[in-house]
Amino acid sequence: MTFLNYLLSGISLGSIYAIIALGYTMVYGIAKMLNFAHGDVIMVGAYICFFAVSRFALPPLVGVLAAMAVCTVLGILVERLAYKPLRAAPSLAVLITAIGVSYFLQNGAQLLWTPNPKVFSSVVGTGRLALFGGQLTVSYVTITTIVSCIVIMVALTLFTGNTKMGKAMRACSEDKGAAQLMGINVNSTISVTFAIGSGLAAIAGVLLCSAYPNLVPTTGSMPGIKAFTAAVFGGIGSIPGAFLGGLLLGVIEIFAKAYISTQLSDAVVFAVLIVVLLVKPTGLLGKQIREKV
Amino acid sequence: MMLTVENIHVYYGAIHAIKGISFDVNEGEVVALIGANGAGKSTTLQTVSGIMHPRSGKITFLGEDITHTDGYKLPAKGLAQVPEGRRIFLQMTVMENLEMGAYVQKGKVPEADFENVFSHFPRLKERRSQIAGTLSGGEQQMLAMGRALMSHPKLLMLDEPSMGLAPILVEEIFNIIQEFHASGTTILLVEQNAEMALQIADRAYVLESGSIALSGTGAELAQSDEIKKAYLGG
Ligand SMILES: Nc1ncnc2c1ncn2[C@@H]1O[C@H](COP(=O)(O)OP(=O)(O)O)[C@@H](O)[C@H]1O
Ligand SMILES: [Mg+2]
Repeated sequence: MTFLNYLLSGISLGSIYAIIALGYTMVYGIAKMLNFAHGDVIMVGAYICFFAVSRFALPPLVGVLAAMAVCTVLGILVERLAYKPLRAAPSLAVLITAIGVSYFLQNGAQLLWTPNPKVFSSVVGTGRLALFGGQLTVSYVTITTIVSCIVIMVALTLFTGNTKMGKAMRACSEDKGAAQLMGINVNSTISVTFAIGSGLAAIAGVLLCSAYPNLVPTTGSMPGIKAFTAAVFGGIGSIPGAFLGGLLLGVIEIFAKAYISTQLSDAVVFAVLIVVLLVKPTGLLGKQIREKV
Repeated sequence: MMLTVENIHVYYGAIHAIKGISFDVNEGEVVALIGANGAGKSTTLQTVSGIMHPRSGKITFLGEDITHTDGYKLPAKGLAQVPEGRRIFLQMTVMENLEMGAYVQKGKVPEADFENVFSHFPRLKERRSQIAGTLSGGEQQMLAMGRALMSHPKLLMLDEPSMGLAPILVEEIFNIIQEFHASGTTILLVEQNAEMALQIADRAYVLESGSIALSGTGAELAQSDEIKKAYLGG
């Protein structure tokens, strides 16, 4: 049963990576930029939920909704103020700006909330579900995380496949000029994408800190980098790719920790990434960019 | 007057691509804009569509000054463009491309609008669930034209619809442009294929290095010695 336990922890961690990676990949798809501040939005979400629940004694669900609301607004603001003015700038300038925004959020959090760690209390409690007559126990956090990830994945697939806004997003991802000729407001579509990605980041932050309760201003950066890796692993720009990449990354990381070495686990994760990219440069589910005829 | 373009100057950074051109399109006309590669035809259409904006000059569409209007607001006013190189959404299905064409319509897209497109392009109906990137070049051009039709444009601008197509398909595409026209759509046609364009145009303008070199009725220009020498191979 230890194997199953490891597998479940891996899927659970991978679900968090997947939720973060979805934000990375959707923003990359439409704005063609790597939003390195995305990981720090997770941290902001976790702090908001922490204060709502621990300081203001609000119910956890309200804490999660408050975190989502704040992060959604934060995502839209960051895009408007930092990235939109650079729409026509070289991608290197945008990348450096994103790194700047990332530090800005981390430093802002230090200033507002001090660098002292906060102990986040799980939004679904610390109970465990016993299976197979107690041979296998699964925490409520793990169950909630995996279920949330599946629900988000299904909802996003339906949204991009079936709604007018979702289709407009895909159109903008492919060709902004042509989308504009259809009457699609490209700027507001990009805003909506940032809003969705940041709202998801808030959920990821709450789930992450429910599983790993140590909350500091840099809490988001390592999961952010891992999720970015997951998005590239699965094929950046692809929604199912982010899902698959996130899950695989989480499972590989936990197995590497369990069976190889705790210290080397990140090295193993990145080694697998490099091998995958050597064999398939667009990632597992990435599409080859087709040349126009 | 449907469209009036007055003395517009358009730049790409320091490059002065359009050097003060003026032209107009009356309701019900087919007007052609012809000229060699690099003359500024596509830049002119992009500027009318609001994707680019002129540094000076004025553009009026149906009595409204649209010189500085954001491009995405124009399809709702009745302006559509079939851009150069088709620019269909290659990863979306044929139906989804048509739905994007109808983006400015509120609510559910009426089935009759799809049927109208399929009546002009029966081949698209067979391929309605196919991913657009798998269509042939001719079918992609048809999809681009069908997509533009979905917004019920009053003025339809087409940028080199015959580019890269076999002669038989060029013939077909031009017939369909005439069908669109017959059903009440005003047409602004950009072409390097001057011969075909002048055959169906009421009036035409000849663009040379960002300026209008000649203008007249389609028949006049088809007879003009300059045109014959430069564009009609004789
Ligand atoms: N993106 C661009 N950047 C700089 N110059 C451009 C760009 N697009 C077009 N041009 C220049 O503007 C002029 C007009 O181009 P264009 O409108 O595409 O001509 P046409 O459609 O008649 O072939 C050309 O000299 C071309 O080199
Ligand atoms: Mg052109």
